[in-house]
Amino acid sequence: MYRLPGNTINQQRLPWLSIALVSATALAYEVLLMRLFSIVQWHHFAYMMISLALLGYGVSGAFLMLLQRPLLLHFSASYIINLVLFGISSVACFLLAQHIPFNAEEVLWDAWQTVWLLCNYLLLAVPFFFAANAIGLALIYYRDRLSRIYAADLVGAGLGSIGILLLLFAVLPAQALTALGLFGICAALVAVRELQQKLTIAWLLLPLAAALLLMPASWSMLEMSPYKGLSQMLLVKDSRIIAQRSSPLGLLSVVESPTIPLRHAPGLSLNATTEPPAQLGVFTDGDGLSVISRYNGDRQTLAHLDQLTSALPYHLRPVNRALVLGAGGGADVLQALYHQATNIDAVELNPQFARLVSSDYADFAGHLYQTPGVALHIAEARSFVTGSPGNYDLIQISLLDSFSASASGQFALSENHLYTTESLAESLQKLAPDGYLSVTRWIKLPPRDTLKLFATGIAALRASGITEPGQQLILIRGWQTSTLLIKNGAVSAQDLEKIRTFCAARSFDVAYYPGITRDESNRYNRLRDAWFHDAAEALLGDGGERFLDDYKFNLRPSSDDQPYFFHFFKWRTLPEVMQLRKRGGAPLTDAGYLVLVATLAQAVIASLLLILLPLWIYQRRINPVKQGVRRTRVMGYFFILGLAFLFIEIAFIQKFLLFLHHPLYAIAVVLSSFLVFSGLGSAWLGRVSSDNRGRLLSQAVTAIVVLGTVYLLSLGSLLEQLATLPDIMRILISAALIAPLAFCMGMPFPLGLARLADYAPDLIPWAWAINGCASVISAVLATLLAIHLGFATVIAVALVLYALTLWVFPVPCNS
Amino acid sequence: MLQRYSLFRVGVVLLLLQASAVSGDEYADARQNLVDIIEQDVRDTSLYLDKKALDPRVMSALGKVPRHEFVPAEQRKNAYRNRPLPIGYGQTISQPYIVALMTDLIKPQADDRVLELGTGSGYQAAILAELTGQVYSIEIIEALGKQAAERLSQRGYDNVTLRIGDGYYGWEEYAPFDAIVVTAAASHVPPPLVAQLKPGGRMVIPVGSRFLTQQLVLIEKDPDGQVITRQILPVKFVPLTGEHD
Repeated sequence: MYRLPGNTINQQRLPWLSIALVSATALAYEVLLMRLFSIVQWHHFAYMMISLALLGYGVSGAFLMLLQRPLLLHFSASYIINLVLFGISSVACFLLAQHIPFNAEEVLWDAWQTVWLLCNYLLLAVPFFFAANAIGLALIYYRDRLSRIYAADLVGAGLGSIGILLLLFAVLPAQALTALGLFGICAALVAVRELQQKLTIAWLLLPLAAALLLMPASWSMLEMSPYKGLSQMLLVKDSRIIAQRSSPLGLLSVVESPTIPLRHAPGLSLNATTEPPAQLGVFTDGDGLSVISRYNGDRQTLAHLDQLTSALPYHLRPVNRALVLGAGGGADVLQALYHQATNIDAVELNPQFARLVSSDYADFAGHLYQTPGVALHIAEARSFVTGSPGNYDLIQISLLDSFSASASGQFALSENHLYTTESLAESLQKLAPDGYLSVTRWIKLPPRDTLKLFATGIAALRASGITEPGQQLILIRGWQTSTLLIKNGAVSAQDLEKIRTFCAARSFDVAYYPGITRDESNRYNRLRDAWFHDAAEALLGDGGERFLDDYKFNLRPSSDDQPYFFHFFKWRTLPEVMQLRKRGGAPLTDAGYLVLVATLAQAVIASLLLILLPLWIYQRRINPVKQGVRRTRVMGYFFILGLAFLFIEIAFIQKFLLFLHHPLYAIAVVLSSFLVFSGLGSAWLGRVSSDNRGRLLSQAVTAIVVLGTVYLLSLGSLLEQLATLPDIMRILISAALIAPLAFCMGMPFPLGLARLADYAPDLIPWAWAINGCASVISAVLATLLAIHLGFATVIAVALVLYALTLWVFPVPCNS
Repeated sequence: MLQRYSLFRVGVVLLLLQASAVSGDEYADARQNLVDIIEQDVRDTSLYLDKKALDPRVMSALGKVPRHEFVPAEQRKNAYRNRPLPIGYGQTISQPYIVALMTDLIKPQADDRVLELGTGSGYQAAILAELTGQVYSIEIIEALGKQAAERLSQRGYDNVTLRIGDGYYGWEEYAPFDAIVVTAAASHVPPPLVAQLKPGGRMVIPVGSRFLTQQLVLIEKDPDGQVITRQILPVKFVPLTGEHD
């Protein structure tokens, strides 16, 4: 066996606590960066920057491969220094990155923006590089007990995934950044003790911690892009932020503008003569404006709410029981009150937002959520519908996302479980006879959202056994918004008369109702052609499939397995759009999808460099002792593992999302369960003798494939049956279902490393680099696969990949 | 001290005027080149505009107004690129192609009275001032409004009246208007603005983000006061399944 330097002293105590701490902090930092960049920039570019910054793990592997000998000679110092540098750089790099003049909005126009984006990746990769160095060094140094080091890494990451969510509930994101910097320094302090180093080193670290704590507040202030809605609002004379609330669901900023009042009424008819009452603006992550309107109990002050396309259902039938999904600042609840709905269920996901209306600004909002007949529910919309007794006269879903986010395609990467075929079908079941499901969307040109929603409505009606869906659909539009109504029953002649009257009074156009003529559909808000009407008729007719194939955007209904409602991109449209990009054609692209593809391409290129280059240098310059395993196998094995592990993790978060009724629960429970139980699986390997490793890998992989297949086939129906259990039971059941699968998934990686430790220890950091790169590629690739083929396919591919690991498990050259 | 400051200011203005005189020639070719590019772009978007060329008066105004004087110094090198440019305060000077389209859509006449909401750099107001009788412009951001007022005054646009403040209620004192140009983002069209538009008048609103215009909305009030909108895609793109015409 090839001996590494420093081998004689690795009998010392394992630094498992500092490993767990740095791993927890690094994972927390990754989540925090997403939050921070969603606030200062926009979500999709944040996704790209942070995905690529994680390649710091890959860089670390390459670095360790080339410099492992000198570093291992001074292991304790190298390990502690990397921890310290992680702590400092996690704060410093973000603060520096804020001063890079990157403007996502200008990417199309200014080549320099690409350079600034690259600077961001490089800067943000630095903290991950140091964290990975520390963990990677420990894996090599304690390679006889590496399964325990890996276990500490996984368990730490699992705890970090819960810890950051709790931290983000407790403090503002900028404060969380300082806290994570301090955790990094703490990890170093713990390491000093674990590695029995002189305590004087600890004293040297304290000033660093103090410097982080005493840093001037102006340094750590978030520098929001001047193009975000909040920045623009604050330029208005005397407007100011009067409250901020922060949680993992977003940073809420409440703004008042006493001199020049805020007046937010998107979609207001041009015939309207009334204006909105006084309002407070609520920005989420500096954008996505919602408002809290002043309400004094006088319904007439809300008259403008009758001048919106979303008011139509109230004119078609008396609405007693209404369900408002995404209640936010309460505009839709006020609209229901204006139309004299007597029982209103208002559902809001973000408890902090709800409290702003129900408590902090209750006087301003006229105690809206305490009004008799109004019941506020803090819940995820889809889950609330699933669990509700139903019998609603109206289910209202109105403009849940901001226009700018929707128009720029930012949501192309985001899953949405409210606009899926299954979700609309479920909502239909919760309607009273002749009740309406009403969905209002921004108008985008050329038409996208509205038509996809129409197609989804048709699919939902067909899935509910309706043979003539066209008899139950109504689509109207203004110049800004469209409203789709799906009726639980056939649209009657009286309904048609009321629709015509409503639209004529407000200069809205009817795009579709049963029996509409083309002439009626393009009167007040004239388009070059009657696009909405023509598309609606085509989707309902025999040529619907062909229309979907031929249309330049993807209008196929989304499903729970492929919940990407906002994915409109089609590759064949790209050349035309690119040709027109500087002549008004840029908004025709879905930036989010292209960002995803660009991220994947960059990750693949960088990974190839990070995997192959160090190997090449290593072979050329260092002239190693002949290695005892085939490198192609090492590369295949660790790359496949990196892909497969995250494929399963990401797909399971989606599978449990509806079951756990909340995206935060899903991420916290699923992620931490996978990481902690994988860590336990890895730790358990410490008890297994090295002779049994090959057999153990076969057993672990067989168990993963069998369990995964069982889950793939039956998890959906099982979770559906258990969906009504209390929260705590559902959380425990989720953890219990994940535990055996994750336990087994924790074994292949340390088994492979142990094999390298026996036969090619110099390659351990290379394996670390390969796994790091594969993980970055995996996260992006999983999303792409899910968009095109669904999450079930992602799991199936992962299981095939796991099976393949048996084939490429590194074996000694002579066997 | 005050006197020294004033002298200094006069000196700076003189220098700027000199620079402007030199750069005026220097930029003339670039400006003409920009006009040519816009004319080509308009030909490419003719399907949506129902015309193969914009009003020659509009194009002439674009060829005349020195865009480089309406952008920050660091952006002067880009002034005649057909692209939006940042002007500070999270605002932009629009893409010249979009400025040309918007101006053409309101069919400006020499004796028109035009209201502009969102003065920004003052460039759009300058174009309008070249084409119409009186331009009334409202800017909500004080610093931008002051800069624009100074620029417009330096260029001698005496027919532009600028006010800093809230544009929601239009400018009742000078209403009704033959045309209204809204360049600032708005969640809806304020009812007072519709009221201040003359019968037969036109209002244009760009929809989209600061750097990317998604569509232009033209609001027309007929002689009976009935309001209709036309939604215009600023690009030749057939959205449905058909081929290009």
